[in-house]
Amino acid sequence: MRLLYFAWVKEKVGHAAEEVDVPAEVATVADLMAWLKTRGPEFAHAFARSDAIGAAIDQTHARHDAKIGGAREIAFFPPVTGG
Amino acid sequence: MIRVQTEDFDIGAEIAALKENRTDIGAVVTFTGSVRDQHGDITEMTLEHYPGMTEKELERIEAEARRRWPLQACLIVHRVGTLKPGDNIVLVVTASEHRDAAFDAARFLMDYLKTNAPFWKRETGPHGSEWVEAKTSDDAAAARWHGR
Repeated sequence: MRLLYFAWVKEKVGHAAEEVDVPAEVATVADLMAWLKTRGPEFAHAFARSDAIGAAIDQTHARHDAKIGGAREIAFFPPVTGG
Repeated sequence: MIRVQTEDFDIGAEIAALKENRTDIGAVVTFTGSVRDQHGDITEMTLEHYPGMTEKELERIEAEARRRWPLQACLIVHRVGTLKPGDNIVLVVTASEHRDAAFDAARFLMDYLKTNAPFWKRETGPHGSEWVEAKTSDDAAAARWHGR
């Protein structure tokens, strides 16, 4: 699964993209964020306020309770500020 | 139509292109958003986005506007990259037979773009650089259209 990070999530994590093998018990976006937090201090820092982080599954906005099974690309980002 | 680009846009040229060879359009509304520096604390603004998803979201927002209003034309242009105070950021153009649809759709497009399109602004000034925080007033503006 490909993970993408944007804006301050990217800066805190330290990179923009990576390929990961996610454990089978990680079923939802919330599960994925909880699992990412265990991968190191930079992830714990980036996802400390996970309720403030938005997600997209295969380039479509996704809620934190959305299932991630079959997803090719999941992105994490702060609330959007365009316009 | 939607476009994401680093270059500036020319509002007059965009309207002329949209009206070219047609006489059925009765109303054209444009909205332009610019980089604002009210207190001399912004020297530049950088816009990051999510290539691929940005285009999909803007197309989805345009399709939703066309579903709600009888638009004859619709254009969203959003810039990315590094901009200076006073520079254009975003252009929305809507055209319809009568003004109400064009006015309402332009506002809807901006309200939805602000809360859904994956862009992030970072402001730089004399005291450093920081990400712009999302405004709850923008969520409230988008929420007005829910259920309508």
